[in-house]
Amino acid sequence: MRDTLSSTISSVTDLLLRRPAAPDVLTEQTGAAFAPVSHVDIEARAVSKSFGTTPIFSDVSFRLARGEATALVGANGTGKSTLLRCLMGLIPTSGGSVHLLGQQTDETTGRQMRNIRAQIGLVSQKHNLVPRLSVLSNVLHGLLGKHPGIRHWSHSLAPQSSRETAMQALERVGLADFAHRRADRLSGGQSQRVAIARAIVSAPKVLFADEPCASLDPSAGEDVMELFFRLVRDENVTVVFTSHNIEHALKYGDRVLGLAQGRIQLDATAASLSSADLRGLYD
Amino acid sequence: MTDTAPPRNERARFELARFERPSAISFLGYALGLVIIFWCLAGAGFSLEKVASSPPRFADFAARAFPPNLDPQVLTRLGWKMVETLQIAVAGAVIGVIISVPVALLAAKGLIAGPWVNQIMRTGLSFIRAVPDIAWALVFVVAVGLGPFAGMLAIVIDTIGFCGRFFADDMEATDKGPAESLTATGARKLDVVACATIPGSLPAFISTSLFALEKAVRSSTILGLVGAGGIGIELKVGFDLFDYPTAMTVILMIAVVVIGIELVSGWARTKIIGEQR
Repeated sequence: MRDTLSSTISSVTDLLLRRPAAPDVLTEQTGAAFAPVSHVDIEARAVSKSFGTTPIFSDVSFRLARGEATALVGANGTGKSTLLRCLMGLIPTSGGSVHLLGQQTDETTGRQMRNIRAQIGLVSQKHNLVPRLSVLSNVLHGLLGKHPGIRHWSHSLAPQSSRETAMQALERVGLADFAHRRADRLSGGQSQRVAIARAIVSAPKVLFADEPCASLDPSAGEDVMELFFRLVRDENVTVVFTSHNIEHALKYGDRVLGLAQGRIQLDATAASLSSADLRGLYD
Repeated sequence: MTDTAPPRNERARFELARFERPSAISFLGYALGLVIIFWCLAGAGFSLEKVASSPPRFADFAARAFPPNLDPQVLTRLGWKMVETLQIAVAGAVIGVIISVPVALLAAKGLIAGPWVNQIMRTGLSFIRAVPDIAWALVFVVAVGLGPFAGMLAIVIDTIGFCGRFFADDMEATDKGPAESLTATGARKLDVVACATIPGSLPAFISTSLFALEKAVRSSTILGLVGAGGIGIELKVGFDLFDYPTAMTVILMIAVVVIGIELVSGWARTKIIGEQR
């Protein structure tokens, strides 16, 4: 009996402490990156993805702890955005498994997946707002995971409590005065701030951001990143963001994952890295 | 001559390549195309002799049709028939457009229904479009009797065939980004469609609906030929009784109304959709 218990504890400990696959090239590992964590929000286990016969990446493994901000970097075409979509269960993996908020995404029913997704948010490279609708309606749509149905289709139909929640989210991104303006009348930076409001309105546990400032000029991009991380740092939200901007990856990420040649080639704390380390991924 | 200049023969070929000699297969293809065109002309009874002899006959018709019949009583009667025609067109187009939205949702790939349902709906819409509106009017005259209601039903079904297909295509072509952002936050398919796909397709919907209205007005003017209401019956009676002035009045009224509807529709399209399309 004692042996069985000891064996079980040992297995669980191994599982918790399991490190990613051995690196091929640039991989750096630090104690902080793989220290035992109390709460894992995202775990990728040997994930691979191919489109038809074209492999995108393979054997991608990592665990992301609650409250950790992880930058996913790599050259164009290395599959950063594809990996984000696999993590969110928006597209199926070709192999391996993804555990999001404690559940294996490919083993969940549609309803279970929606319940998981109700606890996450997404900010895309292109803000992805619905152009002809009001800013407030767009933010309210971020609540559809928690409150499905016609009452959250438009700000005109929404219950007062939801309207207030959405307005608070808009206040946090500094756009409360724009609530009734049409989304297609905003500048690029304002649109991205509305997209952030939509992503945080449901108080998600995990936020994904796919090159959130790629379509903005450097100044607006910096503002958006500052705002985004100021908002999520306070709430202990787990963040995964992709970026081509090495300075952003090092400044805003606690941890950096580098994709190159279809594999994770770099996994280290941002504090232990320099710009030169990341530039190697783009060679 | 520089090192990079092509050899003389190559250069001559390059300059003469404006018209390339067709390959044997291309030549056969062109020849087959010409044969098919002549075969179709023969089947259509194309006759240069008849074309040459038609101007005097047309002039004779014009001489008998002009001036159009502008008798106030006739104009009042035709005016009310035109009003009925527009009523048939507007009612049929509006109901058709409304029904087209759920039909298109089922026909569009990757939205709310599976591939089998998509295919069945698309096939049904193709069938509706394959049958001309005048044939639908004949069917509805049998089903509900003579009169404008049969015409309106024909317009409804014709509009569903037209709008159902184009609405579905528009929704499939809509930017997938907003839908993905909502899906990522756990929204149901129906919510995603209602909040992202349909609003994103709205400019295209409005444009297609206005084209459907123009089409409905044009169709409704001839449905009367088979007893399905509207001004078409006046045209038929005019020709049957050799009352060409009245028939000409009907033709001119139809032209004015159809052109007017196209102008209003174009204005509305610009006004509502703006510079997006």
